Amino acid sequence: MHGACADGWGLKVLQVRVAKRRGDFSLQAEFELPTPGIVALFGRSGCGKSTLINIIAGLLPADSAYVELDGRVLSDSAARIHVPPEARQIGYVFQESRLFPHLSVAANLRYGQRRTKARAYVDFDAVVELLGLASLLPRRTPQLSGGERQRVAIGRALLSQPRLLLLDEPFAALDAARRAELLPYLETLRDQLAVPMVYVSHQFEEVLRLATQVALIDAGKVIAQGDLGALCLRPELRALIGADAVGAIVDSEVRGTDASSGLLQVSVGSGELRVRTPLPTTRTAIGVGAKIRVHVLARDVIVASEEPRGLSVRNSLRGVVTGIVRDDLDTDLISIDVGGTILLARITTAATQALRLRPGTAVWALIKSASLRGLPAAASADPRA
Amino acid sequence: MTWLSPDESAAFSLSLAVAARSVLFNLPFAILAAWLLARRRFPGRTLLDALLHLPMVLPPVVVGYVLLLIFGTRGPVGAWLERVGGIHLIFNRNGAALATAVMSFPFMVRAIRISLEHVDHGLEDAARTLGAGPLDRFLSITLPLMLPGVLAGAITAFCVGLGEFGAVITFVSNIPGETRTLPLALYTALQTPGGDAEAARLAVLSFALALSGLLLSEWFARRLRRRLGP
Repeated sequence: MHGACADGWGLKVLQVRVAKRRGDFSLQAEFELPTPGIVALFGRSGCGKSTLINIIAGLLPADSAYVELDGRVLSDSAARIHVPPEARQIGYVFQESRLFPHLSVAANLRYGQRRTKARAYVDFDAVVELLGLASLLPRRTPQLSGGERQRVAIGRALLSQPRLLLLDEPFAALDAARRAELLPYLETLRDQLAVPMVYVSHQFEEVLRLATQVALIDAGKVIAQGDLGALCLRPELRALIGADAVGAIVDSEVRGTDASSGLLQVSVGSGELRVRTPLPTTRTAIGVGAKIRVHVLARDVIVASEEPRGLSVRNSLRGVVTGIVRDDLDTDLISIDVGGTILLARITTAATQALRLRPGTAVWALIKSASLRGLPAAASADPRA
Repeated sequence: MTWLSPDESAAFSLSLAVAARSVLFNLPFAILAAWLLARRRFPGRTLLDALLHLPMVLPPVVVGYVLLLIFGTRGPVGAWLERVGGIHLIFNRNGAALATAVMSFPFMVRAIRISLEHVDHGLEDAARTLGAGPLDRFLSITLPLMLPGVLAGAITAFCVGLGEFGAVITFVSNIPGETRTLPLALYTALQTPGGDAEAARLAVLSFALALSGLLLSEWFARRLRRRLGP
């Protein structure tokens, strides 16, 4: 399927370079998706994310654009190439779903399927099963709830057999509970169909759940791009997500389950963290060897200069301080290398001084298991590993 | 219809035929004009808009006179039509249908244009990303969504067409059985001594036709709103 496209040959799934001015707003963005997976375009509302994916879809003209998907050039203003949207094989899930009101759910789903010239990689029944649409098929779309509408919209886009799926804040109009219900469907698509996706969001939680790659966008510019684990150490992210959400994002594997506590044992650096299992809404089974993502919030990490004893904390990892940056008026962010993986800890500047921390100091990082919740991670996060 | 005299029922059925033909003739042009006005930006758009609405504000006699100049036997188009196809428009029901079509055209364009402006452009974009080309999009998305408006426009134009008087009598005169439509028959009856009863019957008939047409049109308009609503 798509996997073949990214193997070894240096061929990127998606490459985008775009420039557009509109009034006093200017968009100047460049990003790529090197391997199949989900790239999240993450930034505040109005930073140009939607404009960017409309240009990728070909729906919006740009002053200059270069879009290459699976080695096929879709836009190249220098060479005067502009493949029209209907010929791009790019699926688009709009924020407001845009279901056709005069057609039934089934007819909506088949709309793109009947028109695609691409080889089918997913059939009608599989999509209906995957997104739980069976009971909705004969319904008229104006009667659907917000969550149902978005599931149908995702299914409709998928059945056009797209080589890339664009999602423009698909759950923005839904409440938190609805959103939590729908995220697992996208995880399933990511893990079972391996459709490459560009996911626009301003919700960090969604990015954390879904993304393999992140492009941070601010005022029309991509200010940082990379895998989430590397990006979480960047200060630009902190400005977007707020101090409380700052922390290390560790993509790892499940080693086993602690029989007495039911906690998952996850290898991190040279040690191991015990984390709580993913929420029951998640549809992917978590067994030994499963990919898992753990968000270790900086505010939940305690730093000790001696090996701790007699504490309730389940996790203590031995490491070395690699960096200290001032985080706020009276707090510091300490980077700790725990054997190949960097964790972040937020402690008071007073504590930094009391422990005499400086780069190279040997420390223990302590984290309560109660504050660690595993998230199922993309199996395709790094296919070459 | 036993309560109508043969002349009256001839006028009645002629009116229906003339109005129906004008509507069928107008439909494709009205959809095209509505689409141009609602969706395209081009130089001269405002002028086109004004020109299309002229029949609504011009005295109908002027429209009939202009039609005579253009489609008369010595008019540029009339002469050409006669030479090429032997087609006459003057003093027959074809001419009556043409005059009616011109007069009712703006009503039809207005209704279709309003329904087209209510069609969410985003739905067409969605269809594009699903692989639908321009004509495909229009036929599978735009046209079905504006259909109630098209029907409402056709009904309104039909009602307007039934009542067209000035342009018809100027362009094709008042010939019984050929161009004497309902309003012309009504006018003739009023001019005839002892024609009061006939005039009253024709007036009631016109009234009933117009009212049912408007009700039908309103019903379609309501369906349109319900269909495009949440």
